[in-house]
Amino acid sequence: MASTWFGASVKRKEDPAFLQGKGRYIDDIHLPGMLHAAFVRSPYAHAKVGRIDKDAALTMPGVHAVLTFADLPEPVRRQTLPLLVPHPALRQPFMPHALVKDEACYVGEPVACVIADSRYLAEDAADRVEVEYQPLPAVNDCRDALGEGAPLAHAGAESNVAARFPLRVGDADRAFSGAAHVFREKIYQHRGGPFFIECRGAIAQYDAAADSYLLHVSSQGSHRLKRCMLEMFDLGDHQVRVVTPDVGGGFGPKGAFYPEYVNIAVASRLTGRPVKWIEDRRENFLTTHQERDQYWDMEIAVEGNAKIIGVRGQLIHETGAYVPWGIVLPWITATTVPGPYVIPNFKLDVVSVFTNKIQTTPVRGAGRPEAVVTMERLMDRVARELKLDRAEVRRRNFIQPGQMPYNVGIIFRDGRPVTYDSGDYPACQAAALAASDYAGFGSRQAEARKAGRHLGIGISNAVEATGLGPYEGATARIATSGKIAVYTGATPQGQSHKTTLAQIAADQLGVDYNDVTVVTADTATISLGMGTFAARTAVNAGSSVHLAAKEVAAKAKKIAAGMMECMEDDLELDGGYVRLKSAPDVRKSFAEIAVRSIGTPGFSMAGGLAPGLEHTSYFTPEQSVYSNGTHVAEVEVDIETGAVRILRFTVAHDCGRVINPLIVDGQVVGGVAHGVGNALFERMVYDENAQPLTTHFGEYLLPLATDVPHVDLVHLETPSPLNPLGVKGAGEGGTIASIAAILSAVENALEPFGVTVAEAPISPQRIVELLGEHALGRTR
Amino acid sequence: MADTRNITVTVNGEAHSREVETRLTLADFLRHELNLTGTHVGCEHGVCGACTVLVGGTSARACLMLAVQCEGQEVVTVESLAAGGKLNPLQQAFQDHHGLQCGFCTPGILMTLTEFLREYPDPSEAEVRTALTGNLCRCTGYQAIVAATLDAAKRMRGGA
Repeated sequence: MASTWFGASVKRKEDPAFLQGKGRYIDDIHLPGMLHAAFVRSPYAHAKVGRIDKDAALTMPGVHAVLTFADLPEPVRRQTLPLLVPHPALRQPFMPHALVKDEACYVGEPVACVIADSRYLAEDAADRVEVEYQPLPAVNDCRDALGEGAPLAHAGAESNVAARFPLRVGDADRAFSGAAHVFREKIYQHRGGPFFIECRGAIAQYDAAADSYLLHVSSQGSHRLKRCMLEMFDLGDHQVRVVTPDVGGGFGPKGAFYPEYVNIAVASRLTGRPVKWIEDRRENFLTTHQERDQYWDMEIAVEGNAKIIGVRGQLIHETGAYVPWGIVLPWITATTVPGPYVIPNFKLDVVSVFTNKIQTTPVRGAGRPEAVVTMERLMDRVARELKLDRAEVRRRNFIQPGQMPYNVGIIFRDGRPVTYDSGDYPACQAAALAASDYAGFGSRQAEARKAGRHLGIGISNAVEATGLGPYEGATARIATSGKIAVYTGATPQGQSHKTTLAQIAADQLGVDYNDVTVVTADTATISLGMGTFAARTAVNAGSSVHLAAKEVAAKAKKIAAGMMECMEDDLELDGGYVRLKSAPDVRKSFAEIAVRSIGTPGFSMAGGLAPGLEHTSYFTPEQSVYSNGTHVAEVEVDIETGAVRILRFTVAHDCGRVINPLIVDGQVVGGVAHGVGNALFERMVYDENAQPLTTHFGEYLLPLATDVPHVDLVHLETPSPLNPLGVKGAGEGGTIASIAAILSAVENALEPFGVTVAEAPISPQRIVELLGEHALGRTR
Repeated sequence: MADTRNITVTVNGEAHSREVETRLTLADFLRHELNLTGTHVGCEHGVCGACTVLVGGTSARACLMLAVQCEGQEVVTVESLAAGGKLNPLQQAFQDHHGLQCGFCTPGILMTLTEFLREYPDPSEAEVRTALTGNLCRCTGYQAIVAATLDAAKRMRGGA
């Protein structure tokens, strides 16, 4: 069927409500009799927790309950929160309890939960809960954590090592021994947190008559949270329903299962009333997962002509206090390093390390931006050392389109070999260079230098695994009214699923996309789901919607053919009817067909089609599909203040076939803004006791409208052969390559001073510091 | 015991009288007392701008004001913008340019821009960007918001 809606920049169905203040986010939901929770949290990064005196709090007006670990029901006390992605490399899979049992391992870990008539009263009472803490030595840096005699992040642990794993391609050591050139770079990278504008939150409602829980939660995947609730409370499938309403941004960490959700469910059962908890911004800084620190020590070996023969090194990755996503984050990082380049020999030893800070899990880009920064810093180094143009060094090393599908030789976190399905990396870079007038930069730079201004340009390339399985599902259903609904476990946080998935279904059903209602993230509507993360929804949910709607269309034709006594092939779908191609006035409406499809009371349907004008599909991709992009940043650095201004930013991006160009542009540009923050501003600072010092937006800086440049976009379209729509993920590419391009540009601007950039973010203070070192003769 | 006051606040043209705690923020008053949940709370310390409303015609952070400070005042929120359910030119331009993704920061941004476009009916891109520095958006990268604002200004000058 021809695409009417797929590929069209149609307006979003989500917008009219959002623009009128009629969205329904978690804190907009008010249930009758609802109580409110506030948490007592550890003020220490590491402490033994002793006696908890809740008497004073309990006597305060409006207070209904104070929960401590001892008050939790047996199945909750027995378990730690579920570790969703176990892995044999995990040596010490530490996970937290719903409330601290006896040892707090990061500042903000919940120790007690206070339930009161209002949040104001709950916070008043939380202040009156007295907790005996016995501070323990805390570890605040993942390198120090590996040192001899370092404090242990968990008392009684064998060490601070959560996991060690190697990646190997070819024989790196032998390749290095014969190399013409070997260059070494030590790179420190820090990414902050997601910092969605809507903090986390949830409402638990226990129904005593049905002995079941309804959890409304601001999440990225209702079904995974349902599974966690079932495990924590030892319940049957029918006893938990999770609904995710509108979500004000997620960026990864809203996909996790957090202890607060368990506590409010316990409290709802205890009080017999719904209980709401809304994270405040300070709690968000303390307790929502982040990405933070990686220390890289890397070497690259090249031939005289800059062809790479090997890359090797070590990555120290901070996991924080616990490992809710196992080794997913460092694994994605490690497997992203080779990128678009032919690297015959590769060896990376990864160690994931505990610290006494909130755990690290994927934030937009999910460890990939760090890998790209590392690889692209190495490429710049090769260019500098061999006095070659940076774009040329990259060009000489690209995987060629003719080599697709290309097996990199390592195993990705989907359990499959990293095999790029399609893409034209040389063309992508060429497009970005052309659009950014890379060739003309030399004269722009020279001109500016005459005026005492320091311009720089930077390039980065990235390949991104997207569309990770195992699946997402969709049910397409035409009701007996003729109205069309699509149900999916995909859980949007701004990605526009209600529009894009409607576009896909509308094409199959021959209707306007406004006639398809997409219902997301309610576990009562579809039995299985994974949720929206890892740039996976277009591929997984999109393909499932396509397949489900296609089946419904076929079924509608079958039923109509019977009703109209004609051949299915003579029929077509249009505007809510199945009609004769040759005589469009001869038709049956979706309503009539749907009524027929459900049968008539008492009459046999035996031997016929399965009842209902509906179909459920779970698209299970064979492996990830790989998007790619080239970013070019042009910056000006003020050598007095260290301020960096981004003058131009160009993205050439290939995410396969595009469902809605307007929406994809928005995803890419928004992703770049996140990268701008990571490259220049965002830093979580902790003191030596792992006490966070940046706990508000006055100290932790997010990029503003004046910091983010206009982004020029070039779309390339190499369809993926691995799904029926030919799509690839688009949600993270903007972030993944942008940090590396900005760092490269800053270094290029500071070239006259011999300054090299080996860290992210690179702040104005740090730039001034580096220039000062140069002035004192302490640079290379 | 909690200290309370009786206040009357006119919100979107309608007077509301309530007995409120003196510590109740304007944001919580609007959201939880009046059920006007379009005004969002993003940081509670006046940086993100999601809670921006107009008080006496001037933009204000509803998270940094107390409800009692609005006694006798006129407050205007995002709910007032679409008269009769029809998006106003600024709202329509936001939809046309994909100026919102998750939509959470959007009400505050719309209120900031409502005030801004009144004072700067023909702004430059740089002026729009500066006007937006009091609002954080984590989704869009601001580009589509800027485009929408410039287009809205044009439409409004044209009397759309």
